[in-house]
Amino acid sequence: MLSRWLHLEQPIVDIEEQIDEIKRLAATENLDQSTKINRLEERKRDVMRRIFSDLSPWERVQMARHPKRPYSLDYIGALCSDWVELHGDRAFGDDGAIVAGFARLNGRSVAVIGNQKGRDTKERQLRNFGQPSPEGLRKAGRVMEMAARFGRPIISLIDTQGAACSPAAEERGISEAIAHSQLLMSRLKVPIIVVIIGEGCSGGAIATALGDRVLMLEHAYYSVISPEACASILFRDPARAAEVSGQLKITADDALRLGVIEEIIPEPLGGAHRDLKGMSAALGAAIEKHLSALEALSPEELLEGRYQRFRKLGDLDDPQVATAHLNGTPV
Amino acid sequence: MVMSPEAAPVAARLEEIPANLVTKCPSCNTMLVTKDWLRDLKTCARCSHHFRLGARERIAILTENFEEWDAELAPRDPLQFPEYLPKRNAAQIKTGAKDSMLSGAATIENRPIAIAASDFDFMGGSMGSVFGEKITRLFERALDEKRPVLTATSTGGARMQEGLMSLMQMAKTSAAVARLREERLPFISILTDPSMAGVQASFASLGDVLVAEPGAMIGFTGARVIEQNLRIKLPKDFQSAEFQMAHGQIDMIVPRAKLKESLAQLLSLLLD
Repeated sequence: MLSRWLHLEQPIVDIEEQIDEIKRLAATENLDQSTKINRLEERKRDVMRRIFSDLSPWERVQMARHPKRPYSLDYIGALCSDWVELHGDRAFGDDGAIVAGFARLNGRSVAVIGNQKGRDTKERQLRNFGQPSPEGLRKAGRVMEMAARFGRPIISLIDTQGAACSPAAEERGISEAIAHSQLLMSRLKVPIIVVIIGEGCSGGAIATALGDRVLMLEHAYYSVISPEACASILFRDPARAAEVSGQLKITADDALRLGVIEEIIPEPLGGAHRDLKGMSAALGAAIEKHLSALEALSPEELLEGRYQRFRKLGDLDDPQVATAHLNGTPV
Repeated sequence: MVMSPEAAPVAARLEEIPANLVTKCPSCNTMLVTKDWLRDLKTCARCSHHFRLGARERIAILTENFEEWDAELAPRDPLQFPEYLPKRNAAQIKTGAKDSMLSGAATIENRPIAIAASDFDFMGGSMGSVFGEKITRLFERALDEKRPVLTATSTGGARMQEGLMSLMQMAKTSAAVARLREERLPFISILTDPSMAGVQASFASLGDVLVAEPGAMIGFTGARVIEQNLRIKLPKDFQSAEFQMAHGQIDMIVPRAKLKESLAQLLSLLLD
């Protein structure tokens, strides 16, 4: 279905349709068209390389929101065995926008929490478009606390346009839920790896993004506010989101440059949705590398490192630090 | 209400402005004599509407012996965001401050405390790198010097113009509160109009006690955005302090004239 593809993918889809057509004809007429097909496959790879080597920030936002993009449960399914999902916050309900549970990853037992979006209209509603409610964050908090008690590392997958936006979320304390989740994560004595797999927007994202390492998939984006919301506040015109997405510096490259993430995980050519297996392998390898490094640390070192990781983030002028530097005194 | 020695000069300075002989209450439209209005700590004598206070005024009416910390910290422009510098320069001229957050040491009924207040007049009291750094240092120094912490927020949330740097201040300040909690030091969060979004979803919600001023708007997503997104009409009192109280989200609502007394009482109950 054409609407399932992005405008920027159209040249690729066109070639794919040609290939399919030739294959269909070749099959019915029993002809060998492999040279022709190989030539088209080659052209497709060239076109893909050209398109994906130069994505604008707005195109990356489109990629992060791609209707075919893998979601948390897709990665959990591809990476983990023995996935057991746990439900409910023991106070109000079970939020479909966040999944939480335990699974085995490369043999070790881990807790996984993740924002979860839906594929069709019904599931999207059930998942509230991946926008967590207070009860979802409290469920995640409950599972993370349990993980710490049982000495299990935590993997947190981020994919949200922001926290739930509704009177119900406000009435049940979405602010407090976001705040408390961060406070909790800052003190858990087990390694926490955060991966922004798609959208990482606003309070809904940072709520579960306080980890020892924060990684980002190549076409994911991470932002204080969605480009649409920013454009409507600054210009009263959500249509200027494309322009604002560049100004907000939200791509994985930007986040790395700002020191907000440790590593960018490259996506397969054409994006994660074209090769879930390849993407999952790269994701799994990155998680494994960082987990192994973190497992060598004592709980005290872990907590101190996590605190300092966020402590140093910010860009400001501090004359005392500048003076100290001039005097050659390390600060 | 007896005005603190610090509040008196603030009031006196404001009184010098000749154009402000009367002040109109935006809530009930009563014309208030400015002198009386200042005596009432910028509240309406008729409908008790609480006007917004600047950061210095806020600290002056709550404490004595204020001594500013980290005054030299100044903002930068990490994203080279369009129009950020002119907007910020205008705010600096308007408020005389480098950024939206004022913090320092003070006493409240002779008890040493650490206090911070945001200034809504400075870009909506928004939290960027300087705001987040000052709050974090406030908690760290309070822990070091064994001082209880009070914060008074008046803010629209994280500062968009500093992008991800602002988002990171939410994590940074929340982690700083976690550290304070390891010692027996109270943190009282005073929620004044408005206390929203990224600030409310970080340290401001993490007080041991949450005290709000009457009528203060408190929440995460603004009512207008929710209305537009869901195409619904929200009640007028949505996200008011009274609404949040009814939903179990805050501990108490205290009129401005009683606020200082109330804070001193809480600190005493927790510490003496």
